[in-house]
Amino acid sequence: MDPLKIHFEVDGEDFSSAGEASVEMKKKLRQLGIPADVIRRCSIAMYEGEINMVIHAHGGTADVEVYPDRIVIILEDHGPGIPDIDLAMQEGYSTANDRIHNMGFGAGMGLPNMKRYTEDMTVESTVGVGTKVTMTVKL
Amino acid sequence: MAKKEYRHSVSLDAEKCIGCTSCLRQCPTEAIRIRDGHARITAELCIDCGNCVRVCRQKAKRAVFDKFSDISPKYKWRIALPAPTLYGQFDNLKDVGALIDALLDCGFDEVYEVAKAAEIISEATRRYMRKQDIPRPVISSACPAIVRLIRMRFPDLCDNVLPILPPVEYASRKAKEKALEAHPELTEKDICTVFISPCPAKASYAKNGLSQTSSTIDYVVSISEMYLLLRDKVKRAEPGHSESQSGISGVKWASSGGESEGLFNDRYLAADDMNNAIQVLDAIETGKFPRLEFIELNACPGGCVGGPATVANPYIAKSRILGLRHGLPSSKNYLKLMDQKPDYVPENLMVDSPIKNHIPPVRLSDDFSEAMRMMQEIDRIYEELPRIDCGSCGAPTCRAFAEDVVKGECLFDDCVVYMRRMMQQQKTGGETT
Repeated sequence: MDPLKIHFEVDGEDFSSAGEASVEMKKKLRQLGIPADVIRRCSIAMYEGEINMVIHAHGGTADVEVYPDRIVIILEDHGPGIPDIDLAMQEGYSTANDRIHNMGFGAGMGLPNMKRYTEDMTVESTVGVGTKVTMTVKL
Repeated sequence: MAKKEYRHSVSLDAEKCIGCTSCLRQCPTEAIRIRDGHARITAELCIDCGNCVRVCRQKAKRAVFDKFSDISPKYKWRIALPAPTLYGQFDNLKDVGALIDALLDCGFDEVYEVAKAAEIISEATRRYMRKQDIPRPVISSACPAIVRLIRMRFPDLCDNVLPILPPVEYASRKAKEKALEAHPELTEKDICTVFISPCPAKASYAKNGLSQTSSTIDYVVSISEMYLLLRDKVKRAEPGHSESQSGISGVKWASSGGESEGLFNDRYLAADDMNNAIQVLDAIETGKFPRLEFIELNACPGGCVGGPATVANPYIAKSRILGLRHGLPSSKNYLKLMDQKPDYVPENLMVDSPIKNHIPPVRLSDDFSEAMRMMQEIDRIYEELPRIDCGSCGAPTCRAFAEDVVKGECLFDDCVVYMRRMMQQQKTGGETT
């Protein structure tokens, strides 16, 4: 069976729309009858990813693929890239500027939370080219 | 045992309904469709918020309440439970006592202010919030439309809902208990409680209870009906003979933020109006508010003062209620628990059993692969639609229309915009645009 694909453009200019993809995805997963705790984990991971793309990469794309046994979320951007992925995965590590901190973001929990709420997460990143995060949540 | 059917408090007068799209667009759960020229409410999606009642220009949408005249003469002791919002409906009221006098004058034997119960509920909530092992943020259980929304659309947050009785329920239970004590000649069957309510959601609450907790309220009449009965009886020039039973903190519950202020904890959020409430719940679900302790959500703009069954503008009502606070202490009601732990909450204040999601979620099919197939079909149809959400097909959005088509509830041809486009194409010789 072909996976169900949902595509979102994440607008990098506008903080007010950050989180919309996550809410939209949640609605669809609910209609599919996916268990509530899986939906919650997916939407937290997606939300963190969206915020990351807005803060660091001027937006990007989010693609959700629903398979009978898993949900795969792929976040892709053409931002500055992550020089040291291991460092970025540490809780509390953040490169967000003061403006972002003043908005209540940039606590350095984005990537760690995404990892915590998903079964599998891979980060591929090239400095100056962009970042691709692939997360899998099992059903 | 057959499951008891949920009884709604919003109904439609099909003769008056002209099939316009006002209510269609305002329904937060997309429960309304226009079919055969009239609005139709899908019962299992309706949360009784009353938005449609508020916006219907034809007055075809009605909130269903008991009438004051419905109160059976078999009851020997009739207790009025006025919502604090009632106090804001009257201009130049000297004090709450004058209103209590007027209610007694209408034929009630006793008045038990819901605001009085609210002060006890505030204290119980403060105690509950001291517990270490509770899911945070705690979400208020006072607005039944919100509780129903959570159970339906945010099932994961059910555990966050405050498991303490809403003030009106505590008021009803306590008023009956006190009446039995004070009048030994009465039995339970002789006493009825009559809630004077700002909204249909609370009428539904009285009919259905809250999740598993059953209600002891016997009648729910609307503030708008009682306003007419009370208008001539309220003596505005002088203070009442009766004394008000609540302080500032109880009366405050009438408007948004009032409940939260009674918790003496600044880490709260109070949002009103359904759309704001939904946004806040979405944000909590994605973990956006880790540091908040308490969330107060009201379906109506401004809080209960904005209820569809009120008379006064919500902000005017709020301002009048502020005026009534002069001379009142911060609270008149306390639990008086001396030797208990600070986080102890008496059992009779707790809901009978936890609030659970037992409304079936809005799934396309019980079979997952069938649901996947339907979703793909919905996406495909949606791509072909004009996506202008005009409502002419009878669905609130093009997306909802695509869902209806796939569910077999209507035909693709019902999209007039699409059909017109096809006709124009035929006229111009089949050119594609």
